[in-house]
Amino acid sequence: MGSRHHTRDDAATAAADRHHSQVTLHVNGTPRTLTLDHRRALLDVLREDLDLTGAKKGCDHGQCGACTVLVDGRRVNSCLQLAVALDGSEVVTVEGLGDGGMHPLQQAFLDRDAFQCGYCTPGQICSALGAIDEARAGHPSHVTDPGTPSGRPMPLGREEIRERLSGNLCRCGAYPHIVDAVEDVIR
Amino acid sequence: MKAFAYVRAGSVEEATEAYAAHPGAKYLGGGTNLVDLMKLGVEQPGALIDVGRLPLDAVEELPDGSLRIGATVRNSDVAAHPAVRDRWPALSQALLAGASGQLRNAATTGGNLLQRTRCPYFQDVTKPCNKRQPGSGCAALEGVHRDHAVLGHSETCVATHPSDMAVALAALDARVELYGADGTRSVPAARFHRLPGDRPERDTEIRPGELVTGVVLPAATAGLPSLYRKARDRASYAFALASVAAVLRVEDGVVRHAGIAFGGLAHRPWRAERAEAALLGAAPTEAAFGHALDLELAAARPLRDNAFKVPLARNVGVDVLTRLVPPTVA
Amino acid sequence: MADPLAAHHTATGAPAERREGRQKVTGTARYAAEHPLPGRAHAWPVQAAVARGRVRAVDTSDALSMPGVLAVLTHENAPRLGEQDDATLAVLQDDRVPHRGWFVALVVAETLEQARDAAAEVHVDYAAEDHDVLLTADHPAAYVPEEANGGNPATRERGTPDADFAAAPVRIDAVYRVPPLHNHPMEPHTSTAHWDGDRLTVHTSSQGTTAVRRTLAALFGLDEERITVTAEHVGGGFGSKGTPRPDVVLATMAARRAGRPVTVSLPRRQLATVVGHRAPTVQRLRLGADRDGRLTSLIHEVDTHTSRLKEFVEQAAVPSRVMYGSPHSRTLHRVTPLDVPSPSWMRAPGEAPGMYALESAMDELADALGTDPVELRIVNDTAHEPDSGKPFSSRHLAECLREGARRFDWAGRAVRARASTGNLLVGSGVASATYPVMVSPSTASAHALPDGSFAVRINATDIGTGARTVLAQVAADALGTPLDRVRIEVGNSDLPTAPLAGGSSGTASWGWAVHEACTRLTERLAAHSGPLPADGLDARADTTGTADADSPYARHSFGAHFAEVAVDTVTGEVRVRRLLSVFAAGRILNERTARSQFIGGMTMGLGMALTESSTVDASFGDFAERDLASYHVPVHADVPAIEAHWIDEHDPHLNPMGSKGIGEIGIVGTAAAIGNAVHHATGVRFRELPLTPDRILTALRERRHAPHAAMT
Repeated sequence: MGSRHHTRDDAATAAADRHHSQVTLHVNGTPRTLTLDHRRALLDVLREDLDLTGAKKGCDHGQCGACTVLVDGRRVNSCLQLAVALDGSEVVTVEGLGDGGMHPLQQAFLDRDAFQCGYCTPGQICSALGAIDEARAGHPSHVTDPGTPSGRPMPLGREEIRERLSGNLCRCGAYPHIVDAVEDVIR
Repeated sequence: MKAFAYVRAGSVEEATEAYAAHPGAKYLGGGTNLVDLMKLGVEQPGALIDVGRLPLDAVEELPDGSLRIGATVRNSDVAAHPAVRDRWPALSQALLAGASGQLRNAATTGGNLLQRTRCPYFQDVTKPCNKRQPGSGCAALEGVHRDHAVLGHSETCVATHPSDMAVALAALDARVELYGADGTRSVPAARFHRLPGDRPERDTEIRPGELVTGVVLPAATAGLPSLYRKARDRASYAFALASVAAVLRVEDGVVRHAGIAFGGLAHRPWRAERAEAALLGAAPTEAAFGHALDLELAAARPLRDNAFKVPLARNVGVDVLTRLVPPTVA
Repeated sequence: MADPLAAHHTATGAPAERREGRQKVTGTARYAAEHPLPGRAHAWPVQAAVARGRVRAVDTSDALSMPGVLAVLTHENAPRLGEQDDATLAVLQDDRVPHRGWFVALVVAETLEQARDAAAEVHVDYAAEDHDVLLTADHPAAYVPEEANGGNPATRERGTPDADFAAAPVRIDAVYRVPPLHNHPMEPHTSTAHWDGDRLTVHTSSQGTTAVRRTLAALFGLDEERITVTAEHVGGGFGSKGTPRPDVVLATMAARRAGRPVTVSLPRRQLATVVGHRAPTVQRLRLGADRDGRLTSLIHEVDTHTSRLKEFVEQAAVPSRVMYGSPHSRTLHRVTPLDVPSPSWMRAPGEAPGMYALESAMDELADALGTDPVELRIVNDTAHEPDSGKPFSSRHLAECLREGARRFDWAGRAVRARASTGNLLVGSGVASATYPVMVSPSTASAHALPDGSFAVRINATDIGTGARTVLAQVAADALGTPLDRVRIEVGNSDLPTAPLAGGSSGTASWGWAVHEACTRLTERLAAHSGPLPADGLDARADTTGTADADSPYARHSFGAHFAEVAVDTVTGEVRVRRLLSVFAAGRILNERTARSQFIGGMTMGLGMALTESSTVDASFGDFAERDLASYHVPVHADVPAIEAHWIDEHDPHLNPMGSKGIGEIGIVGTAAAIGNAVHHATGVRFRELPLTPDRILTALRERRHAPHAAMT
């Protein structure tokens, strides 16, 4: 979060070379320019370079969803996104949702006790926000009746919410309460 | 993951030229499988040619009634596209049965086709695997292989192809468009992936440096009833134990066209040509479907621990085909 | 729930919101890898690629020449560790490879990318030896140990179980199999270590930092006073973080060698072999009963495996010493040491696999008798613990069964099953649950401040249970003050010593000490006149001698699970439609966080029933499932309507709060309830978990092809 003026990070002093490039990411509204090892995933840029540790590393292979953030408005697994390939992108993490306070979905997670250990929680929240937008944009899911018309918002019942959030594992088993929280904000 | 050079290509030509100029290069699409495999050390490209932002991101309705899906269109956008949902529903369903919302937002059409097997031995660089390291042996043949192939496998490789999308494309007679040093060409989706034979390191018919530029869904299957069904260990976010994509045209009480492909059974989406041939002209009954699929699956050679896949594929196939029969005929 | 105590406006029992909740939902809660320290380096371990043998040589030259690499630790150059009693922590000390995946090197580098890359360039030469990793019921190396885990005797026998089993008019003799299972908490095992001279600070992902500190002191030859271990937020553990793990040893070694802070966050793929697993069990159950269903003989025999490093005996027959009255009984454990990764604690060790077997066998018995399985359990209810003869301090199993049956509409299950349509077979199942009440001595301090607020300090760990919240509630009541006046500090070994979050004993153990400290502080405050001194007033408590005193009572929680499943005969897929459980677990101290824990345990039980399994790879000696794509933790779509209820239980023989434990009982018996529902739906009895489509479909086909098959 913080100021919106352009920030040139310390790491940017490292020279671009065959294996490094200068990259600008707009993170939670702030442009951040860094010189990055091409191998660095967005998740590690957030956690290691920008000290935004809300996005979590659960598996590092796109198999758990704990690292979910929004890139150009869409939810993705930040562990599988090479940061160099995202130059110029807008990234929103759990730290950037509240606009100072708490986003209604964050409040709903709190109200519904939709977590225990909290490690999957930022990913669940970002994923749910992405999923809500996808449904609004008319994206179907595996459980959507194929007859549902295209191009219109898709209704989100509990079964739809469950299917759409299935890319976010929760080992504490908070699933039913997470669905409650998501229902709270789409009502 | 090895250090690598990175080139963002601005055009298809630029991409193939950059590929040629960088030994050990790989094309990077959404990265959902390539980056995963690079972290495992399975893929060790010297350079990534980023094709993710190429102007191949359109879904175009062509004058002949076919539909071209650009290689960089994301899986979620293909699945949601009205033309796909309305006219080739099995493709939308297959995409939505795969991976997760996050992965589908990142994964590209081209990348989905080029994803590699999830065989645990392929993914573990400390174990033998002919696909990863030709000549090292196949650990799955006598190892843990419940999820492996029952059709078309060889002594050198029993891996399956993990894509759901490719199974639907195969059933729907889609073609894969390619661009390379020899210009453009296209191959049937059902023939794009290979059987392992004695060259399991080659997953597809793609030539070195060739780039997938798109897939084309033909007018011939547009608007026909089609379905995709997948059986898996958990209710979502799991690879297929077996899956079936099918398209069916029934006229005058008999089958005039059947396109059937299995997923999870072979090194490629398995187009069930014998079953299709057996159904042509036949009445679309459950018995006829079962008989046709039995003919197809007679070729199955299950491994020690995956014989269940044969009846599973048959069951799912019969179920899907039965549901495709128009109510007036049924 | 009408709680008579609620009328007193007490803090305990109220659904107080999690104290750290806001941090967790905003992403500001910091876990073990998330403490920024200047100059912090990252490390990546290298695992053995043979199942048994010796490291002949390690060539680190390539790795050391790579950019950013600071050090490569191997058994030849790693710091020598002091003695302690967990052999899995003696990493990089010798050339022995006890199992595949054992750590053989650690690369320390400036960045994670550099460390991971260089780890692939550490070349290890092995002298491999033949290995044996497969558990069989008749393995020649199997033996009956002195003890199973938890100090339970390996064998108990009453009466003449064999003769009475043989003589019983109704008999069940069946073998049940539970595969290896993995905890896979969402946060991988992680430690960040930092030396400042000979002072050591470690941020670790652990269920108890008191033990971590003690272990580090022994390993590194330090006074405990020179070590601080914190675990402010922990991303789950489920037993696998109940003891110090190699990450904390490696991070501490690496930080000493590199001379700067080092984080070791174990890659997910490495976890399966180095932080424990639930050992597989092969369990033979023999139940003999009279025609009324009363058990006359109960024989529960367990085979399990352990590693070459330690004797770990999953105590799966132990619940059969508690659950049902039977005049004749034998419960025993055999263990086979194999060249496998070391098994360890996983949620409800013993009870979870053991009750799967016992409660499945009870369902088979009900079937054989033609009795309602709910009634069969009630018929065999007992007021005295069969094994010890002690009276139960409280036991409301029958009430849980009846209340659950009512809420679930158990009586309507046959109607629902008949409504099975098309390819979906619907069935319902029931199973009991139990978990022992455990409690350990703890210390705590309470501090009254002049501004009227209080600070309670205790090295409890909040692994997601809501420990901060519930301890503040306990404190507020003992102090007679509103909840928001109480500040609570946990998760740091500099705080008063406390036991781990494990064995469903955390809240009871910590709460007892907090209650006592706060009660003493209240007494001091009552005796004090005038304003408080500037630094306030203190009281401390140590429950040694009271919390661990022998009880004349057998103390256990009980519960009952009811499951409804749909079985797809096309695919063999089983999906749970409803899961409803009722527990009797003493006083519920926070209904909000308790409900989450119950549901969480039930969800893990659903996974145990349907999706979770690890396969010992006979050729290579490790597990075939090493990631979260192949080890199938249930996803949202697997978990439909889940309800947890409880009955008010007032038990004066527990602790000052009147609570039992709730963290584990949710997983106990769940898999049996689901398996029994699958039997009800299909008519086929499955005796091996998980109930995946391959097994279901194969059995349905065999049944269809069997003579006289009668499909529903």
